[in-house]
Amino acid sequence: MTTTALFLVLAAFLASAVEMVEALTIVLAMGVTRGWRSALIGVAVAFAALAAIVGLAGPLLLLIPIAILRVVVGGLLLIFGLQWLRKAILRASGFKALRDEAALYQQELAESRHAATEIRAGMDWYAFTLCFKGVFLEGLEVAFIVLTFGSSHGSISLAAFGALVAFVLVAIVGVLVHAPLSRVPENAMKFAVGVMLTTFGIFWGAEGVGVAWPGETISLLGVLVFVVALSFGLVAVLRGQHQVPAPAVEA
Amino acid sequence: MSYLLGFVHFWYEFIVGDDWTVAIGVVLALIATAILVRFEVPAWWFMPVAVAFLLFGSLWRVTRQSH
Repeated sequence: MTTTALFLVLAAFLASAVEMVEALTIVLAMGVTRGWRSALIGVAVAFAALAAIVGLAGPLLLLIPIAILRVVVGGLLLIFGLQWLRKAILRASGFKALRDEAALYQQELAESRHAATEIRAGMDWYAFTLCFKGVFLEGLEVAFIVLTFGSSHGSISLAAFGALVAFVLVAIVGVLVHAPLSRVPENAMKFAVGVMLTTFGIFWGAEGVGVAWPGETISLLGVLVFVVALSFGLVAVLRGQHQVPAPAVEA
Repeated sequence: MSYLLGFVHFWYEFIVGDDWTVAIGVVLALIATAILVRFEVPAWWFMPVAVAFLLFGSLWRVTRQSH
């Protein structure tokens, strides 16, 4: 496996893992308070929708010439990656609250206990829609990463594999633990994903507009080191400005 | 119409997020890089530098507001 392919799988895996941990909190709360049937149908429908998006958009993206694809995808990855990186830096430096899955779980439990029951299509509609939205919206970010990252590398299936492994892993741990996965270092994982998306966004975006990188693919490691150093430098500077950490409640 | 606006708003929030200047900055940086390449200037350094400025600027605006 080449270095690029390894990064591709790792980025999809980490992004999927962190988003699935967030979705698991919602699904667990709905399952515990409102029953598992409607909650799991919501999860299944969301996954079917995500699979359809990747399945339909993937082959279409691969038809676009690689130079055009790389400039468009590079730009999108960069815009998207900088969002992730910016939020992770703000959280790491105390300017933004860290996500607290345990607190969010308690909040979801309280809200779902007080929500009215409406039966539609034989399901508890509240549990179904919340689980569908939770999994679909969290999963959409993963689908975006799988499609953009995968198409630029010419291997959407490899990126999808990384995302699928993470989903299976989080699902197994979720079933075993039967509690929100509050010990998962979510911000560190989001930081890593942000760094990888930004690195590949810079590399592919520049390559797409005609830049010849010195040493070709080996420059990718140089860009990675630059983005990591820049990010840690910015965290250090911002921590110096903000000594009091933000309360850990919600992202 | 409201459905269409909602759809556009969703994708704007999804891709651009809460700092539109970063998105515009990335597009301008790519255009500038393409221009440098057209004039045969070695431009591999331009995108990393532009990203550093964009990230610094975006964080600076957030932290200035919170102060």
